[in-house]
Amino acid sequence: MKSEIRWQFVDKVGRVVLNFFAAAGRLGLFASETLIQCFHRPFYLKAFGAQLIEIGFYSLPVVALTTLFSGMVIALQTYTGFSSFSSEGPVAMVVLISVTRELAPVMAGLMVAGRIGASMAAELGTMRVTEQIDALTTLSTNPFRYLIVPRVLAGIVMLPILVLIGDIIGICGGYLIGIYKLEFNASTYLMNTWTYLQAMDIVSGMTKAAVFGFIITLLGCYNGFYSKGGAQGVGQATTNAVVSASILILIFNYILTEVFFAL
Amino acid sequence: MKLLPKAKHGMVSRKQSGEMPKLRLMGVYKAFGKKKVLNGVDLDVAKGETLVIIGGSGTGKSVTLKCILGLLQPDKGGIEFDGQNLADLTQAERDEVNSKIGMLFQSAALFDSLSVWENVAFSLLQNKTVSKAEAKRIAIQKLAQVGLNKDVAEVYPADLSGGMKKRVGLARAIATNPEVIFFDEPTTGLDPIMSDVINDLIVSTVKQLGATALTITHDMNSAKKIADKIAMLYEGKIIWVGTVKELEKTKNPYVRQFVAGSANGPIKMEVKV
Repeated sequence: MKSEIRWQFVDKVGRVVLNFFAAAGRLGLFASETLIQCFHRPFYLKAFGAQLIEIGFYSLPVVALTTLFSGMVIALQTYTGFSSFSSEGPVAMVVLISVTRELAPVMAGLMVAGRIGASMAAELGTMRVTEQIDALTTLSTNPFRYLIVPRVLAGIVMLPILVLIGDIIGICGGYLIGIYKLEFNASTYLMNTWTYLQAMDIVSGMTKAAVFGFIITLLGCYNGFYSKGGAQGVGQATTNAVVSASILILIFNYILTEVFFAL
Repeated sequence: MKLLPKAKHGMVSRKQSGEMPKLRLMGVYKAFGKKKVLNGVDLDVAKGETLVIIGGSGTGKSVTLKCILGLLQPDKGGIEFDGQNLADLTQAERDEVNSKIGMLFQSAALFDSLSVWENVAFSLLQNKTVSKAEAKRIAIQKLAQVGLNKDVAEVYPADLSGGMKKRVGLARAIATNPEVIFFDEPTTGLDPIMSDVINDLIVSTVKQLGATALTITHDMNSAKKIADKIAMLYEGKIIWVGTVKELEKTKNPYVRQFVAGSANGPIKMEVKV
């Protein structure tokens, strides 16, 4: 009896491991097919433009709000932490570094994953279950080129731009708290921000954003493209897209931080 | 092991016409895991012929169609289009074959994000063989051919009824004047009158284009109305091929049971509770 339970446990663990590797393999093949199709004609410029607006323009409010409040909170927290020192310098520096290196890319990534990853998975999932993706193939149109490539490229292009805007708004949030709540000198605060500003901080944040853009759109498309089982399948695909993208964003955030700053 | 009646598949049209069939399936096998769906499908569709595949749910009708369309890869066997084995084609050659094919999906499969005329003219717009204005003109002409006026052209698919969606799907299928048209359950989900309207449209458009047509359905009224020849698929094999007249006279118990729509006979439905 005991050994039977032990074997059932081994069976379950084995299944989970096998399923994980099978899913990773499928995702890898999906990603490589997407990358290959990026270099094949025709390129659907209109679809690409529509995705740039959808991912970039319509995500701006949510990214602006989250980075603004993140910058404000960091200014307040840093001031409390450094209250025994002269705080103007550290507050400006900590706001600058934390917003550009971490907060703007991660917050923007997670917000866009919730907004765009979910909508892509739902849209493509519905197209799959209503046979629209099959219809594309019968109309001599490669679904990867028509549906996936414009979305993934738009994600890679727009996320860094969103993060750049998020950087500016986040730093402004810190400035507002610094000047109007903590009553720092405005010109000194700005001078400190400018002094500590390094191109590497901005570049690393934007590079992270490009990787996050790829992860969000790829997983949104992958989960939608292979969804099955009607409405329930589409719902599952949407959940999987957001959860898996969010986890991968946090994992890759660590890996990229290691690459940029620890090596 | 259950003995199935001997199929008259394939050889009938080969002997009669003596010319190369437009479409030929040779021993096509397809399984999903342990479930064998197609068990060696052999079928010829002659040029200009309208063949209807009948069969119950789960007998492999849709899988057969998906294998022909390249949406699924057969595990074994070959599918020839104009004598070319589809498995040997490059992607460009496959696209070339697809451009000679029109397909009406069961759910019409219209693109929600595009208006009706953009749906109909989709291939024309993607291939850029004609200008946008010309593509729209052709789309409106094809819509008229299926009995829809040009006011429908600017509407989005979400605002159409089931019957109208089927008509738009048919207009899209014939937009590029294809040589072969596939119909997947064309009357499913429609009322009897609309079903008959769609059947009439299928007959007239196929005749007008001089196209070869392959339809899968379990609607016997539809099958009798549109078919030159009917093939019955059962347990992943073609078990009978014949004309509509032969269908009415056949003594094949499987076909007779299916045509009569009777629960009693050699075909047993699996009912799991």
